[in-house]
Amino acid sequence: MKKEQIKFYSGNIAAAEGAIAAGCRFFAGYPITPSSEIAEHMARRLPQVGGVFIQMEDELASMAAILGASWGGAKAMTATSGPGFSLMQENIGLGAMTETPCVVINVQRAGPSTGMPTLVGQADVMQARWGSHGDYEIIALSPSSPQECFDLTIKAFNLAEEYRVPVVVLMDESVAHMFEKVVIPPENKIKIVNRKKPDVPPEKYLPFKPEGYVPPMACAGEGYNVHVTGLTHDEKGYPQATDPEVQERLVRRLCDKIRKNERKMRDIDEYEMDDADVALVSFGISGRSSKAAVKEARRRGYKVGLIRLRTIWPFPDEYFEKIAGDIKKFIVVEINYGQIKLEVERNVGKEKVILLPKFGGEIHKPHEIYEKIKEVYNGD
Amino acid sequence: MEIEAKSHPFDKYLRADRIPHIWCPGCGLGTALNCFLQALEETEIDLKNLAVVSGIGCAGRVAGYINVDSYHTTHGRAIPFATGLKLANPKLKVVVFSGDGDLFAIGGNHFIHAARRNIDMTVICVNNYNYGMTGGQLGPTTPLEARTTTAPYGNIEHPFNLCHVAAASGAVYVARWTTLHVRRLKESMKEALNKKGFSFVEVIAPCPTAFGRRNREPSGLDTLRYYKEHSVIKHGIDPSEADIEIGGDIIVGKFVDIEKHTFNEAVEELIKKARK
Amino acid sequence: MRVEIKFGGFGGQGIILMGNITARAAAIYDGKNAVFTPSYGPEARGGAASSNVVISEEEIDYPYVTQPDVLVVMSQGAYEKFAPLLKDDGLLIIDEDLVKLHNGEGKVAKIPATRIAEGLGKRIVANIVMLGFFTGVTKLVSYEAIKKAVLESVPAKFRELNEDALERGYKQGIKWQGE
Repeated sequence: MKKEQIKFYSGNIAAAEGAIAAGCRFFAGYPITPSSEIAEHMARRLPQVGGVFIQMEDELASMAAILGASWGGAKAMTATSGPGFSLMQENIGLGAMTETPCVVINVQRAGPSTGMPTLVGQADVMQARWGSHGDYEIIALSPSSPQECFDLTIKAFNLAEEYRVPVVVLMDESVAHMFEKVVIPPENKIKIVNRKKPDVPPEKYLPFKPEGYVPPMACAGEGYNVHVTGLTHDEKGYPQATDPEVQERLVRRLCDKIRKNERKMRDIDEYEMDDADVALVSFGISGRSSKAAVKEARRRGYKVGLIRLRTIWPFPDEYFEKIAGDIKKFIVVEINYGQIKLEVERNVGKEKVILLPKFGGEIHKPHEIYEKIKEVYNGD
Repeated sequence: MEIEAKSHPFDKYLRADRIPHIWCPGCGLGTALNCFLQALEETEIDLKNLAVVSGIGCAGRVAGYINVDSYHTTHGRAIPFATGLKLANPKLKVVVFSGDGDLFAIGGNHFIHAARRNIDMTVICVNNYNYGMTGGQLGPTTPLEARTTTAPYGNIEHPFNLCHVAAASGAVYVARWTTLHVRRLKESMKEALNKKGFSFVEVIAPCPTAFGRRNREPSGLDTLRYYKEHSVIKHGIDPSEADIEIGGDIIVGKFVDIEKHTFNEAVEELIKKARK
Repeated sequence: MRVEIKFGGFGGQGIILMGNITARAAAIYDGKNAVFTPSYGPEARGGAASSNVVISEEEIDYPYVTQPDVLVVMSQGAYEKFAPLLKDDGLLIIDEDLVKLHNGEGKVAKIPATRIAEGLGKRIVANIVMLGFFTGVTKLVSYEAIKKAVLESVPAKFRELNEDALERGYKQGIKWQGE
């Protein structure tokens, strides 16, 4: 599209459109509430842009298929929710190990297990980070509105391509199902990143030798005869499954390529933080209730601000370390029993952190958060 | 002893720097791989467009020895990975090379659905009746009463007849040979590679280390002798009549060779329709 | 100012579409902020269906309707279920043939939306008649905006019918305001 368009989209549809705008041309998925509208929209839209949609037999297969498609040269995505996200962890690990760019949308519902399939949750934050076995790092983004579902899905593809890593868009049922205005910029105004290709001939190419932290990627059919394995592998891509030195070199790089670039991926929406002495920390739909509470508290003279995380993983340790001295208390507002709270505690110390949890099925009411803010000030 | 030949006719197909392979003496995987390379040699397939995908296990290592774009994936997931690969780049000839446990136990669901969809790929299953790499546990094809490390009193589970599963699931080409039938196996692999749609070749193979020695076939040669005495070629037979039993005949041959619209063709048509 | 609107009825009446159209009209054609949240889950099957809209000149943070300022109901079930949520000075809008009121209601606006739709030959446009009425009564969205949003939501061959339905409802709404 050459002109800006204004649409009225749900978060799910906005995310699907964001994927298409980012260049996604392959989607594999399995129906699950509350993410199914993403698959349905992709089934309708992808053929129109020459892409492929396939409904797989389960989420294990969906995740494996997008990795295959990525090595086939396509930008690929799947979308799911809690139970399906659990099944995907196996091949998210393969994606991290084989450095396969791809995007996984997890529309969080309340768990554990089948939990509350139609209702909101935010308790997959740690699963997104640690869900597959072994040491690895991943990127996770969290939108608070349909507009951000569109924008952050594009960003997820760009980060996946740049860092060659699965990127999780950690949505939640509320954001997924609410409809709002979404501004779609003209095509030439959308920043698109594509994976770097090797610029050496096949005989000189080492498929897992990084430039900086990330190796250029040769896909199937490009003449590079690449071997890709989930086993510990050397720079040639060959298995070296009994050599701890190779293991160290590989795992260190897989983690460091994300850790050392945290600042570049950092995406925080600060609100009223300039003179704040108490800060709410939140993300996704909870970030909206938190903002409403901050507005109410400010009207009554409380110097409270909001740190809304759009990039959740890698966690912005450095940012929290830096502001820890200026903030007396951090109130973490999340729809789980304390996950981001642990990360904040790790950076600013346990004594400064207060959790305001919800257990799933409903979002925080602004007045509940406001009451907590008051309580924190009065407790001083 | 002097080595006379410095190169092997199949060097161009192999990653010479990865040899020696990990397979045991008497294993059928080398034979299966050799037949596959011979079959390749006799097709027109451009190696640049060939991709080999494996799962986990001894057979899963095949991908790593062939010098093409090759993907050694997670246990059971070779077929869905290959599905993505083929759909993203329809120019590719995609071959899945893996074992019976990988393709039919942990990956069984993917197999039947890829066959049902008629995804354009060739699946070669080396069936050695057990999980060799992990030490000889029972698998979905272990014959009744056979002994394995997890069936020390003899297997009490009914096994899958893989060709029957493939045919019933919708595969357009289904054949079974043992590693004794090298020429016929090569021919079938060639036919499968040239076939449009989901083609399946089952290769019955010895595993002396993990299976044979617990089942009165301590060497690969014993197993091949058994194949020689008990193989019966029955082309075109209904694969449901080709169950494998201990001490019984092994029915081999080409069972299915039909034409059916492939998923890739359907996708192409769908795109044309949606773009109108 | 933040205004919360809830539409209620039974499955098949197009209740979800009413919320979608209203919020889209406000957000896209009136240039306000608006959030629409349909009801999902078992509650959306059979029985009472509902959809929710928040409209505001300012940024909308909390997206849900908790205490509607306006409740539009097209079934007895929805009335029973949602009327207790209505703000004390809130406005209740009903299809008068489908909802029997209890005593002690506050502000109520009534229209025989389904009967009017039947008169137009298509019962299915009762929700559009009701939307027109809602627009005329509340002025929360402009008529031009709601018309655009309705027309882009329906198949081309039903445009005239829907335009008709909307106008009928709207005129009654204006009349109600005058009373």
